[in-house]
Amino acid sequence: MMDMKGQYQMVKQDSLRGTGEVVIEIRDLRKSFGDNHVLNGFSMTLYKGENLVVMGKSGSGKSVMIKCLVGLMLADSGFLAVMGKEIKTLDRKTLDALRSDIGFLFQGSALYDSMTVRENLEFPLRRHKEKLGEIKDTLPLVQEALENVGLAHTMDLMPSELSGGMKRRVALARTLILKPKIILYDEPTSGLDPITSKEIIQLMRNIQKMYGTSSLIITHDVDCARVISERMVLLVDGVNYAEGTYEELSKSTDPKVEAFFKK
Amino acid sequence: MAYAYRTTEKLKQFFVEVGELAYFAMRYFKEVLKPPLEFKELLRQCYHMGNRSIILVGVTGFIIGLVLTLQSRPTLMEFGAVSWMPNMVGISIVREIGPVITALICAGRIASGIGAELGSMRVTEQIDAMEVSGTNPFKYLVVTRITATTLMLPILVVFGDTIALYGSALVENLKGDVSFQLYFNTVFDALEFGDLIPATVKSFFFGFTIGLVGCYKGYYSKKGTAGVGIAANTAVVTASLLLFVVDFIAVFVSDIFYDL
Repeated sequence: MMDMKGQYQMVKQDSLRGTGEVVIEIRDLRKSFGDNHVLNGFSMTLYKGENLVVMGKSGSGKSVMIKCLVGLMLADSGFLAVMGKEIKTLDRKTLDALRSDIGFLFQGSALYDSMTVRENLEFPLRRHKEKLGEIKDTLPLVQEALENVGLAHTMDLMPSELSGGMKRRVALARTLILKPKIILYDEPTSGLDPITSKEIIQLMRNIQKMYGTSSLIITHDVDCARVISERMVLLVDGVNYAEGTYEELSKSTDPKVEAFFKK
Repeated sequence: MAYAYRTTEKLKQFFVEVGELAYFAMRYFKEVLKPPLEFKELLRQCYHMGNRSIILVGVTGFIIGLVLTLQSRPTLMEFGAVSWMPNMVGISIVREIGPVITALICAGRIASGIGAELGSMRVTEQIDAMEVSGTNPFKYLVVTRITATTLMLPILVVFGDTIALYGSALVENLKGDVSFQLYFNTVFDALEFGDLIPATVKSFFFGFTIGLVGCYKGYYSKKGTAGVGIAANTAVVTASLLLFVVDFIAVFVSDIFYDL
């Protein structure tokens, strides 16, 4: 099906839209860096409880898009709303409160080098007292989050003592500790070997089952997309070029869509 | 033509950087008294900066005191003015050499450390992670570090000055049979408020400059891991140069108030 811009669009299936409640809405998002127009009117919607994968080539603006979503970058124009709140209209305090409901797994894990694993996990707990109240003993919460990722024994280690996969798991535990309603994954499997990648993907699935979160996964890893996605959006030339399930998109004959799935 | 263009571009870049640094300083003053005060992190930074620099400052101060006395001694003897040694060394160390040398050492030690630390936090997205965690990274990382250097440098200067005077006293004691008590009595007799106050005030500005430049270079570091090295390197160079500018202004202003 061709839309007005002549872009290839798959028929959206309502059955894949979780409960139908919109948790993230992006409309006509534009962002440029000098003459480099990274996002040229990108639009997408994430529904409550669903796993949405946004796929695109390196440098296509995937990471820029999610950074705009949490207010780490300012969009040039467009509408960005998370749980009904438009990001650009929020003051710092409201944005911080909203961020406590959004988990963000960074591409390189982004663990604080100067802190132990335990301190890394305690950091967001101490920063969101409005949401969690005054916590006297953070240890049970830290332990629970680490047990969920299978790394309870690493509590007193420094990030430099962990492997790449372990760092990613600890980062995931840090994301989970605030019990977010939405998790944004920025290339969750990049830089990991295939076995560790599979473990991380499995962990992401378990987390979604356990916490009932909505997940927006940014990746260029087709295997990751195949296993975890309920719906996919392909980001090409700064716009949402195609949208549908993995099965639908992988059977597409459009050359730009095919390029993603060629082995 | 190409040379003129390059020069203009470099000048433009220089003024842009000066403007950005001024804006960064203004942002510091805007944020410094806003709650939360991040007192725990401030104390941690004070401890790290003071503790890690104290041996370096002490050793350098001691050697400066020794060398200054050893090298001045023959000249003063020639003029029969060797008894003026404590006055000369005391005033020169307290007024100028102590603060400047300590500040230069700290520029190398602290500014590069801050530049590299914040630079690596920037490229590994730790600063972004902090922001997403609901923390103002400027307040948590920058304000605490600049405040810590501003507070710690005068303490390090006093420590460095004291050790330098001990070094000088040791030479006088060994070569001139001057007791430590007599040496220090002469030094304190020679020193006036006009020597101590400007030197101490100047040290706060030195500390502020070191923290400001280190944080600015690290916080805005670019170009991936290579950028971390550039941030550390330029932090030292810029901080060292700025220290002399600040020193010149401080001496100029002191001259007006204290008629040096």
